[in-house]
Amino acid sequence: MNDIARSLKPEECFISEEPYYEATGSEIDIFLAAYKQKIPVLLKGPTGCGKTRFMEHMAWRLKKALITVSCHDDLTASDLVGRFLISGGETKWIDGPLARSVRHGAICYLDEIVEARKDTTVVIHPLADDRRVLPMEKVGEVLEATDDFCLAISYNPGYQSVLKDLKQSTRQRFVALEFDYPSVELETRIIETEAGIEHSLAERLVKFAHMTRNLKGSGLEEGASTRLLVHAAKLISAGITPVDACHTSIAQALTDDAEMLTAINELSSSLF
Amino acid sequence: MSLPPFTFDEIEEYFDELFVEVDESLIQHLTQFDIQTQDTLLELIKKAASTNSGLAYQLAKRMQKAIELMEIDTIEIWLDQAIDVFDSKGLYGAIEVLDELESIAHNAKQKLTGISFEEVSNMLEHFVVGLNGRRLKIETDKKTYTDTETIFLPGIVNRYTEKDDNFQLYKCMVVHLWAQNWFGTWRSNLVNVFAQYENPTRAQQWFHVLEMIRLDHKIKHELPGIHRQMQRLCELGGHSKICDIIINGKGQNNLEKLITLQSRADDLLKLLPQVYHLPTPGLNFYAGCLQADQVELRREIRLIKEKDLFRRAIAHVLEEKKNKPASDFTDEERHEISAQQIPDPSMPEGFKYRLEMDGESIEPPDGIESLISSIIQDLGEIPDDYLVAAGDGNYKIIADKEKIDDANVWAGTYHEEGAFLHREWDYRRQRYKKNWCALREVELSPGSTTFVNESIEKYSGLIKNLRRSFEILRGEDKMLKKQPYGDDIDIDALVESFADMASGMEMSENIFTKMHKEERNIAVIFMVDMSGSTKGWINDAERESLVLLSEALETLGDRYAIYGFTGNTRKRCEVYPVKTFDDEYDDKTKGRIGNIKPQDYTRLGVFIRHFNQMFEAVEAKTKILITLSDGKPEDYDGYRGEYGIEDTRMALLESRQQGVHPFCITIDKDGRDYLKTMYGSASYVVIDDVRQLPLKVADIYRNITS
Repeated sequence: MNDIARSLKPEECFISEEPYYEATGSEIDIFLAAYKQKIPVLLKGPTGCGKTRFMEHMAWRLKKALITVSCHDDLTASDLVGRFLISGGETKWIDGPLARSVRHGAICYLDEIVEARKDTTVVIHPLADDRRVLPMEKVGEVLEATDDFCLAISYNPGYQSVLKDLKQSTRQRFVALEFDYPSVELETRIIETEAGIEHSLAERLVKFAHMTRNLKGSGLEEGASTRLLVHAAKLISAGITPVDACHTSIAQALTDDAEMLTAINELSSSLF
Repeated sequence: MSLPPFTFDEIEEYFDELFVEVDESLIQHLTQFDIQTQDTLLELIKKAASTNSGLAYQLAKRMQKAIELMEIDTIEIWLDQAIDVFDSKGLYGAIEVLDELESIAHNAKQKLTGISFEEVSNMLEHFVVGLNGRRLKIETDKKTYTDTETIFLPGIVNRYTEKDDNFQLYKCMVVHLWAQNWFGTWRSNLVNVFAQYENPTRAQQWFHVLEMIRLDHKIKHELPGIHRQMQRLCELGGHSKICDIIINGKGQNNLEKLITLQSRADDLLKLLPQVYHLPTPGLNFYAGCLQADQVELRREIRLIKEKDLFRRAIAHVLEEKKNKPASDFTDEERHEISAQQIPDPSMPEGFKYRLEMDGESIEPPDGIESLISSIIQDLGEIPDDYLVAAGDGNYKIIADKEKIDDANVWAGTYHEEGAFLHREWDYRRQRYKKNWCALREVELSPGSTTFVNESIEKYSGLIKNLRRSFEILRGEDKMLKKQPYGDDIDIDALVESFADMASGMEMSENIFTKMHKEERNIAVIFMVDMSGSTKGWINDAERESLVLLSEALETLGDRYAIYGFTGNTRKRCEVYPVKTFDDEYDDKTKGRIGNIKPQDYTRLGVFIRHFNQMFEAVEAKTKILITLSDGKPEDYDGYRGEYGIEDTRMALLESRQQGVHPFCITIDKDGRDYLKTMYGSASYVVIDDVRQLPLKVADIYRNITS
């Protein structure tokens, strides 16, 4: 493990190996069709159900660079479009991730878009309709997207509050794909493949996930996601006991409430 | 140096002052203790006397024995339990608790190794929700059983010497009783089945034994971790294996072979006649008992209710598909929805249902999945007669929860049903009275908008003024200069730093501008006193204030709600929603403001607690609770004077602890001297003219929100 981490420009980040993804419906076909027709895509669904993995998979399929921006409440329009920086006594324009994607024909994926400030989300509007342009006011240019460019955004309707909702004018520009936790069989298969554990163990983990999902709304904000299950399974395959793995990677990740933690731990120790 | 203990005469005088009659032997007994112990014990009797003198008398009667059996802390717990029961059931019930003196003392000793229901109830409640199926409540009872909606557990478990083992036993009880519900123990009417036997109790006992074996198989398969615990606990407790019992003298027919993982409760009922004559073996500790009659009571009501709900739910689906009211459906149309079984290994039957119409699956409305699951738990399937759409699709699954007509509710004895129950602080006891006040939301019909319009006209100048002072609060976007990181370059700062650099100084990095956006995230609840004492100008002033504040808040765009409150004794506290957070400030709301009328009394504490609770569900950075009242907490049943003041004070303190900013506007000619004590942690203002309000409120609003 003595390799030094490689440093790459975002537009050079191509995914060379196929990211593992199990389709739950026709989402791959729909995405491909939308891409062909140059319609942007909105991914909805709870955390850890495979939205980002799906994007990686699609980037691999389309052989395009994937530029991901994790949105936060301080994200400004210039964080997306670009800004002037000072270099050697003069100013120099630096493209933001969105402008880079447009310029190089990459896939731009804005994760958790509702977290961004409302004035920021408006920037993507001209890109998300049939104009497909990115106005860059500061440099006085308009960047026209090529056929390769693709815009995708994601959000989690579960955390939606009055303050953090997607504006109609934004959401009505997208084709929406709904994601949810996969069916029992599929989820079992995903965990088996991702972590390389036995089928019966994977089944028990999925069962445990369903127990925590039953608790959603009665003390838990969210049940265990597929991602958490994969974490637990990976720990198990590295030699940790299932009960400990569930405790550290699932129960502790879900809540800090002492009573709820005990309850979840008791559920996992009942199963294994 | 400590003081000398109280003498006989001093103690006697103390009791005389309390008007409590006591035996001389108790006084004699008390003289033995040091002054601290005497003081504590006498305080306890005083506490009882402040609740009821009869209770104090009964306590004093038992005090000598209590001192022998219990530590002082336990005596206090014992008394507190009695007081709680006194609040709900009166003196007779409280005396019953006092009489349990010995068992309470015994339990207190047991608690050292045992585990009490209170310690684990919350956790077990989460635990049982995590398991599948109908939501089960957890409560305590003398017997351990389930009525298919609640699991009843003992108040204390003290079978093993290790605390953890006792906890595990609680858990095993819960799982066994949950399994009865989930794996279909109660599918048939067992009361009728057992009645066919000569000795129904014996039949029931035997059936329970067989069921326990079957459920153990199921649990072993589904929850192996729990099954291991069950076995370990049995071994610890020295239980023999029941499965070895031989039927008909044939060795190979032992119960282990006859009952398998695939067995159903029906199969066991067929087996019952073969074992009925044999002596019943003991059940494992965790199995509790069967209460078939209790189950039947619940099941009967539930079957009718859920069938009705289900039929209405599908009628509602059909209404939407066909776009016409359910009353117009033909017989054929009513049968158009079918339920298809689809395999699902996680269900006990191995399948679940999908609703279909014309061969296509339909999206089930909210709440129907749990309804289907509950029906399957009772019946094992969805019978055909459930799949007939009901006559009208008035499908309101939540509203249907035994909605009671608000107006009639006080007539019956069930006045607490469906009401919010809140606690109340009793300063004399220095503790809360649990579930003391019953509060209900009552609709306020909108009147005419005349009052509001007149007020707007009357105070038009003031409103303009007020709007302006509130607008300042709105917080404009600010351009921040000389930032290390930002949207644009700050040319002034850049030139400056170049000049610095040219003169040989270090160049500053703060050369960007950044737009700072002030995002307001505030929720305000106004609670308006509608008590009789506000009659006259105070009521008018309240309403006018509301108009002014609403007008101002509309400019600001903050979320706000208005509720009126009034009450008559602790059993009848009423809240009138004038404007909820979701309502617009429209004519209806204006009409309701106009319709705020003085009614009964002011029990302030309960309302403050109610809104505290309401705030818990509101997501906002700043939460403000503004009380508009005449500042006189007063109600029947002793809610006045110091009691009312202290309760209000406590409720406001709770607001603070919860992160709500309480703010009290008292409308009166002059402020009373107790206001400072009562409002304690809250800010308050006394006004006698509405014109003063805007300035003061804007000021305080600014203090709180920015």
